Amino acid sequence: MKLIIAIIQPHRLEEVKKELYAAEVNLITVSEALGHGRQMGIDEFYRGVKETGNLLRKLKLEIAVNEEFVDKTISAIIKGARTGKIGDGKIFVLDLPRCIRIRTGEEGSCAIG
Amino acid sequence: MAQALPINSGDTAWVLISAGLVMLMTPALAFFYGGMVRRKNILGILMKCFACLGVVLLLWAIYGYSLAFGRGNGFIGGLEWLNLKGVGLNPNPDYAPTIPHSAFMIFQAMFAVITPAVIIGSLVERMKFTSFLLFMALWLTFVYIPICHMVWGVDGWLKGLGVLDFAGGTVVEINCGVAGLVAAICLGPRLGINKPTLHNLPLVVLGGGLLWFGWLGFNAGSALAANGIAANAFVTTNLAAAAAAVSWASIEWAMTGKPTMFGTISGVIAGLVAITPACGFVEPGAAMLIGLVVGILSFFAVSVLKQKFRYDDALDAFGVHGVGGFWGMIATGLFATTAVNPGAANGFLNGNPGLLKVQLIAACFTVVYCAVGTAVISLVVDKLVGMRVKPEDEIMGLDLTQHHERAYTILD
Repeated sequence: MKLIIAIIQPHRLEEVKKELYAAEVNLITVSEALGHGRQMGIDEFYRGVKETGNLLRKLKLEIAVNEEFVDKTISAIIKGARTGKIGDGKIFVLDLPRCIRIRTGEEGSCAIG
Repeated sequence: MAQALPINSGDTAWVLISAGLVMLMTPALAFFYGGMVRRKNILGILMKCFACLGVVLLLWAIYGYSLAFGRGNGFIGGLEWLNLKGVGLNPNPDYAPTIPHSAFMIFQAMFAVITPAVIIGSLVERMKFTSFLLFMALWLTFVYIPICHMVWGVDGWLKGLGVLDFAGGTVVEINCGVAGLVAAICLGPRLGINKPTLHNLPLVVLGGGLLWFGWLGFNAGSALAANGIAANAFVTTNLAAAAAAVSWASIEWAMTGKPTMFGTISGVIAGLVAITPACGFVEPGAAMLIGLVVGILSFFAVSVLKQKFRYDDALDAFGVHGVGGFWGMIATGLFATTAVNPGAANGFLNGNPGLLKVQLIAACFTVVYCAVGTAVISLVVDKLVGMRVKPEDEIMGLDLTQHHERAYTILD
């Protein structure tokens, strides 16, 4: 089992969801995040005073999958989130030692999907 | 020179308070609209509304008031009051014989401010700030001011025909609604969406509620005196707003299963729009009917018409102000009665079919003049500076890209 974490541009969420559904990945957690990578945020001005490199709005997706869905999920996220411009985000894949469904107490692969 | 007319302190107080109420409508509109867009674009709206307060008030003082209300020809006024020279403490008997001329001028100034501000609702989330400034100044000069003169100016040709427009069914409502539709078509739809994308409904309701409050000055203040006609306008304005709120919410309830807050506040605004030309000419019963009907008309304009033709009039300036204003002009032609306003005329239902014809001429003329004028101005602005922001700026949002500010943060 893997936990896939993706940081994406907020306006790409609908496309990413569409691609994930097409790949039969239907379980997702989305949270708001602030951050920046190499594009270094954006300048803001408050009453004439410049603040450089402020954080940009991003979305963080968390998706737990069984091994056979890992590559499908990754390519769906890339397909939906890529614009080709700096700031498109990153995908992190982590090992997931345990997964428990709260309602039934099931554990492991069968609890994921 | 003739002896100065005496000033009535009650009338003056009411018109000055009303001018303040109408001034409040532009910030109210800013929040009404601001809550309806994605949160990355709210400051873009607030800024454009305050740009109207800033720039239009100055242009009005420099040449706008003179061209709108000065004596000229049937289409445009003269230049006698440039920089408000001669607009002083003595009343002007052509417009308001019992209050200082300057009080009438500043009351009218607030109408000139809010009319281009309403158009913002059609242009949200994609128009450059620079192109809006240019658009607003040109539109005020070549569309608002001439229509204002034709309908309200002492020698305007529509006024000469006998058109009844108490507080701006043509000058304000049809004008901004049609301009919004035409400018939205010239600008093109937003990337990826074509409906209101509310981020803060309570702000919309707060703004809408304050619009209702301000509208009491807009309509009842248009009596330009603290008299029975003002009281009648005050009553009919409230009744039409209430009736349209009820009818919009009811039709939504019947068609979609639930009444919504957004629908109710939209109905309020539609009712206020429709009663605007009629409020000082019709009785309370007619006002309720006008409100009930406009709730239904505007509901269909925004939920059916807009979907069918797929124009991105994002916040429905046309569906609410254009459609509601047109109905209000017709309704004035139907329901007007000299029992309310002895100085005006009877409408169709009170034995005078001629008035309905005049109302239709004025409404249709405003639609055509405004549509052509707005299209030409949009093309000129687009050629000169480009109407739209770059696609990447539209995605990032107007707050950060046009103003280098943001409204909200999820930290702190």
